[in-house]
Amino acid sequence: MFNWISQVISVTGFSIRSLPQRKGSSAAALLGIAGVVAVMVGVLSIAQGVLKTMQSSAGDSNAIVLRSGADSEMMSGLAGDDTRIIAEAPGIARDTSGPVASPELFVVINLPMRSTGTDANVPLRGVQASAMKVRAGFKMIEGRMFEWGLNEVIVGKGARAQFAGLDVGSSIEVGQEMWPVVGVFEANGGLSESEIWVDAAVLQPAYRRGNSYQAVYTKLNARDSFDEFKDSLTSDPRLNVKVMRESEYYDSQSTTVYNLITGLGTLIAVIMGLGAVFGALNTMYTAVSSRNREIATLRALGFRAGPVVISVISESLLLAFIGGLFGAGLAWLAFDGYRAATLNWASFSAITFAFDVNLKLLAQGIFFAMLIGLVGGLFPAVRAARQPIAHALREL
Amino acid sequence: MTDKNSADTLVRVSGVDKIFKRGSEEIHVLGGLDLDIPRGEFLALMGPSGSGKSTLLNLVGGLDRPSEGSVEVGGQRIDKLSDRKLAGWRARHVGLVFQFYNLMPVLNAQKNVELPLLLTKLSKGERKKRASIALDIVGLSHRAGHYPRQLSGGEQQRTGIARAIVTDPTLLLCDEPTGDLDRKSGDEILDLLQALNTEQGKTIIMVTHDIHAAARATRTLYLNKGQLSTEPED
Amino acid sequence: MKYFYLIFSSLGRKKLRTGLTILSIMVAFLLFGYLAAIRQAFDAGVEVAGADRLIVRHKVSIIQLLPQSYEAKIEQIDGVDNAAHSTWFGGIYQEPKNFFAQIPVVPGELFDMYPEFIISDEQKAAWLATRSGALVGRGTMERFDWKLGDRIPINATIWGKKDGGRTWEFDIVAVYDGAEKGTDTSQFFFRYDFFDETRANGQGLVGWYTVRVSDPDRAAEVATAIDAEFANSPQETKTEPEGAFIQGFANQIGNIGFIITSIMSAVFFTILLVAGNTMAYAVRERTSELAVLKAIGFTDGGVLGLVLGESLAITFVGGALGLGLAWLLVSMGDPTDGSFPVFYLPTSYLFLGLMLIAGMAFVAGILPALQAQRLQIADALRR
Repeated sequence: MFNWISQVISVTGFSIRSLPQRKGSSAAALLGIAGVVAVMVGVLSIAQGVLKTMQSSAGDSNAIVLRSGADSEMMSGLAGDDTRIIAEAPGIARDTSGPVASPELFVVINLPMRSTGTDANVPLRGVQASAMKVRAGFKMIEGRMFEWGLNEVIVGKGARAQFAGLDVGSSIEVGQEMWPVVGVFEANGGLSESEIWVDAAVLQPAYRRGNSYQAVYTKLNARDSFDEFKDSLTSDPRLNVKVMRESEYYDSQSTTVYNLITGLGTLIAVIMGLGAVFGALNTMYTAVSSRNREIATLRALGFRAGPVVISVISESLLLAFIGGLFGAGLAWLAFDGYRAATLNWASFSAITFAFDVNLKLLAQGIFFAMLIGLVGGLFPAVRAARQPIAHALREL
Repeated sequence: MTDKNSADTLVRVSGVDKIFKRGSEEIHVLGGLDLDIPRGEFLALMGPSGSGKSTLLNLVGGLDRPSEGSVEVGGQRIDKLSDRKLAGWRARHVGLVFQFYNLMPVLNAQKNVELPLLLTKLSKGERKKRASIALDIVGLSHRAGHYPRQLSGGEQQRTGIARAIVTDPTLLLCDEPTGDLDRKSGDEILDLLQALNTEQGKTIIMVTHDIHAAARATRTLYLNKGQLSTEPED
Repeated sequence: MKYFYLIFSSLGRKKLRTGLTILSIMVAFLLFGYLAAIRQAFDAGVEVAGADRLIVRHKVSIIQLLPQSYEAKIEQIDGVDNAAHSTWFGGIYQEPKNFFAQIPVVPGELFDMYPEFIISDEQKAAWLATRSGALVGRGTMERFDWKLGDRIPINATIWGKKDGGRTWEFDIVAVYDGAEKGTDTSQFFFRYDFFDETRANGQGLVGWYTVRVSDPDRAAEVATAIDAEFANSPQETKTEPEGAFIQGFANQIGNIGFIITSIMSAVFFTILLVAGNTMAYAVRERTSELAVLKAIGFTDGGVLGLVLGESLAITFVGGALGLGLAWLLVSMGDPTDGSFPVFYLPTSYLFLGLMLIAGMAFVAGILPALQAQRLQIADALRR
């Protein structure tokens, strides 16, 4: 047993020490794998970024109330009176100003994207004071909060980065009026950072909404209060509403985009991976054949076939690991945090996000690389071990 | 002015030096060499290894250029030809036979023999015909469709010879043609070369260190330290 | 011509290695073809957009409605040939993922404004005669396996009915095909009069206008004139060419062109390494063979050509296979199951693919080929 292990170690040692002789083809395989991992991680980080934005928004102890039958805020409508009833429901967290329930309305305005100059649909949300409390990590980072009752707006930092004309001091055109931007906010990387906020009481008349809203965002006093909260509202004869956990809501909103990107990204990664496997096989077969005589000599001397197989696979795995690390690192440097915007199909408005190269993705990338290395080394390894010794010794 | 000897002289090597550079070192392989080879001669070149016999062969065959001096074949100064012209000259005038045969492993015997004909304007049919004739001369018609790995050493060398004669070249240059063969196969090859010389009048220059092989030639010269002589060195 | 045999048999030297290289190249071009189709899906709308058509929408946002009365005013503006309104219905057929656009329009106007929709006269008449009738694009008909005469229920999320219900029913009386490959045949049109009288609120309001200008060169001028007409009114407009409007949407989804180009660059770079490596090895192992060829009389240029020829042979076989496979995969249909209005591999990209094959062959093979060219016979034979 010990003999076997020492054989493995020494053969693998020869193998790796002779790598510099084959640096050309080794480099090619390594870079090939790096390329695959970089692209895979890069593309999938888009989906991760969108997901992260969605999830940061969702507090598990937050709930959202929409009109029954509505799939998104856009399609929903709630009367002002209804929102008051909703705010009185059991299970809602309370602070000194009362229940943390935020009735909100939601419209979309057109602003040009900084990157292309063409228009994007930017969400404009009418809020009350409780909105800040419901959003985790809400914080003004530039300028100041708008004054209630005035035509002032604050913008999320994602929106400010992606769309033109949202710096503090500029104004946005709403109907025939110009509403000044007085501050920039952040909220834990959540969805609201893609939005522009204004006093609901100012937005309603501007869009002739009377006293109606579209959704009520609430913070529950405990995660488990959800059922109580929901039952109370759905059984209330005065209301016709639909109650979801915020996380559920965002899941449903982001599914299309997330699935699309993940699906396409995975497809591309698999196809590229296939190409990399062929490249790795090529390299390893070449590596093996150039050392045929060496391997045969070892075997003639008495080294067993097993260690030979392991040494070839180890070499391949080592190359793949380095390549994967390199590719993952490249992706992390190039993509992590890169801000972009895409379209939320459900509300047909823009969501800004940052590419998220997280640990899970990096691990997936390296794992994928190792898989390529394994397949790339397995067949050549077996072939090397099965070659008749005498034949290989004779080869010039 | 031409005297009787000049008219018969096929190869004239005059005052040839050949210097190789190995890093910063200079190695004088040949020095001030003169050699006349008449048409129809079967010349054997012998000498210890490193004496420059293969180098001399390469110079006569246009595979290399002299550092000094001239090489004239069939009245033409081949050392003055450009690389491109030299390639074309070789295609028409020289047939090469190597110690390790140097056949293309991916082509069968027939196609290997046809290879030099690709450089001519002959049609596909013509090429096939000539190759068949050449294979017939060396006695390998029955193996025309076989690949080098399916042929014995002797058969491979015969294929090599067929390839060398298929263009009907002026000169046949052989570098240790029997070096890798056993006695019997070697003799067969030498028989073949001798026949080509006596029956077809082919001028052959053969480098060898086998005395028995040299015995088949019409003249033997010895190379030592870059100088030719008719006597072997002690 | 006669050298083809030599080139192809050289490939047979290390069949496994050649095979693997060809497979890698095939994969690269498979991706190229498939991504080209995806890119085209995003660009297609822009390409077939009418050069003589403008889109007029509410200045603040696409979801804001415009008065139907604007139509007459728009048509009075100099340079305008015709104006037709459309509205976003936004309903759901069975479930949200069965998405397709439903749009109420005035039939006669649609026929006039979109000549690229091919509809039989019979069916046109049927639509004009049936209030609840619908004109459906071939793509959607095939997607759900609908037939003429089917009654289709659509669940409205935006527009409730006067009677309080939310399920609208339409009868398919007409089908349209697209005149061009890129024409969107996924849309579902129904009659505006039916829409206006059935909807619970918003009477007299429409989503946007499509305007045809008599002279495409004056399009920008006419657009400005239209917006000027409605400036300072309660519903201001924004007018832009149809192509720009569609491009704007694509841009919102993301800079697709850039992303795809980046991915393909990475892929090709990777594969190039593989191919180049193979060629390098092929030459290195065969120095004596190549020297023999030179000895026999092949010129330096000839040997260079041989190596490049081999590179081209490998790349071409792999590339052609890859493009062919891509074509096959693309014709199997839209991978997103309905989100793309069109999905096909444009011939222009196939040509680009062929050029890339040649380019790749050159780049992969040139260095080894130059090495072969410079081979010194005497040195090489000595080895």
